[in-house]
Amino acid sequence: MENALEILSYSPPGWGGALLRGLMSTLQIAFGAYLLGLCIGLFGAFGKIYGGPVLRWSLEIYTTLIRAVPELVLILLLYYAGSDLLNFTLESFGFERIDINPLVAGIYVIGFVQGAYTTEVFRGAFHAVPTGQIEAAKAIGMSSWKRHTRVVIPAMLPFALPGLANLWLIATKETALLAVVGFSELALVTKQATGSTKAYLTLYLAAAALYLSVTLVSNVIFGFIERHYRRGQPEQA
Amino acid sequence: MEWYWVPEYFPRFVEGTWLTIQLLVISIIIGMSMAIPIGLVQVTGPRPLAWLAKGFCTVVRGTPLLIQLWLIYYGVGSLFPSIPGIRESFLWPYLRDAFPYAILAFSISVAGYEGEIMRGAFRGVPKGELEAARAIGMTPFQILRRVWLPRALQNVFPTLTGEFILTLKATPLAATITIYEAFGVSSIVRQETYRIYEPLLFVAFIYLVLAAVLIMIFKYFENKIPKRAS
Repeated sequence: MENALEILSYSPPGWGGALLRGLMSTLQIAFGAYLLGLCIGLFGAFGKIYGGPVLRWSLEIYTTLIRAVPELVLILLLYYAGSDLLNFTLESFGFERIDINPLVAGIYVIGFVQGAYTTEVFRGAFHAVPTGQIEAAKAIGMSSWKRHTRVVIPAMLPFALPGLANLWLIATKETALLAVVGFSELALVTKQATGSTKAYLTLYLAAAALYLSVTLVSNVIFGFIERHYRRGQPEQA
Repeated sequence: MEWYWVPEYFPRFVEGTWLTIQLLVISIIIGMSMAIPIGLVQVTGPRPLAWLAKGFCTVVRGTPLLIQLWLIYYGVGSLFPSIPGIRESFLWPYLRDAFPYAILAFSISVAGYEGEIMRGAFRGVPKGELEAARAIGMTPFQILRRVWLPRALQNVFPTLTGEFILTLKATPLAATITIYEAFGVSSIVRQETYRIYEPLLFVAFIYLVLAAVLIMIFKYFENKIPKRAS
């Protein structure tokens, strides 16, 4: 037990500080990826609803493929494809090759995967908005932009929130997969720590506890947000 | 794109895919047989058991599967060698192999996620049906076996299909603890041929096919569920 405290103490030779820094980069990647996913999702959902056949089909392929292929495979594919594509573009414009910032790469990879799920969440939420409300907005002469920002999206949110909350939790847990490509977020830091201390059980339990606390805190926060956006809606059973 | 390596590695991919299927099927069977009691005690069980089940689901769903896998394989696995005499016992060959650890980790994960779903499923069965079963004199166990469980499973069947697809997509994690299932084989190919994209695309295709087969199997069973004509 004393040994465990020593290993987890904040300053070196303890690994507590390193784990917490790992947790910070996990949260950064998760947050960035989640925001990127939300942008892709909002665009994707409206693309699927209003887009022409080409846009609709390409979005359909995007969401289907992303949701059918294991995340680990996708992360590797997107990681290599992304950096290759970027460097290819840079070189063809006469710039030098660059190493991508791991934080940016992680956000892009997880965000791209999240986008597919977010698209489906938003699409489902859009269809749950009563058509009467949209028609009413049209009837009083709101422009398309106004109609969406003032009626459709606010009315969608309560339906989308449970799904979005779930996706945030998935995002935080999915960042652990980035350990496989070598990003030093919480999972990889833990693995490195076990490599040098051999305290496998203690360190993995500590990492699990950190992830769990992120989940529990997020649950509380999303509970508040949901209550806020559900105001004025009939109680649900 | 170069695919010259496919014939050479094809047998290993077959083996790897078979390992993936084994991982998936065994974990689902063990996991579901844990998920049903976990869901049930949360609906009818005594308070302490219900809390225990709830806590189990929260912890499993709140931590990444990768960490659970490493915790079980490296963490729990590192405790065994310190037990005296274990190296000579008949258990040692199993304790040294990574496969049982992966099965344990995936089963626990299935139990956690599906336990939560089964809780909703058991709660969703109309009270009248259970009362009717009791009224015609069924014992509690008969009610569970003939009415409650079948009705609960019927209601969440499509959800469970989706969940099992997620489990399939989680099996590549086993490659991180030295199990050469389909994804693990593709990593070997990447290391030996220095091709990056082709092995990944090939293994992605394998998972697409597996997912499609899984969906077809479950659709077959779903169609067998009698539906009330409305």
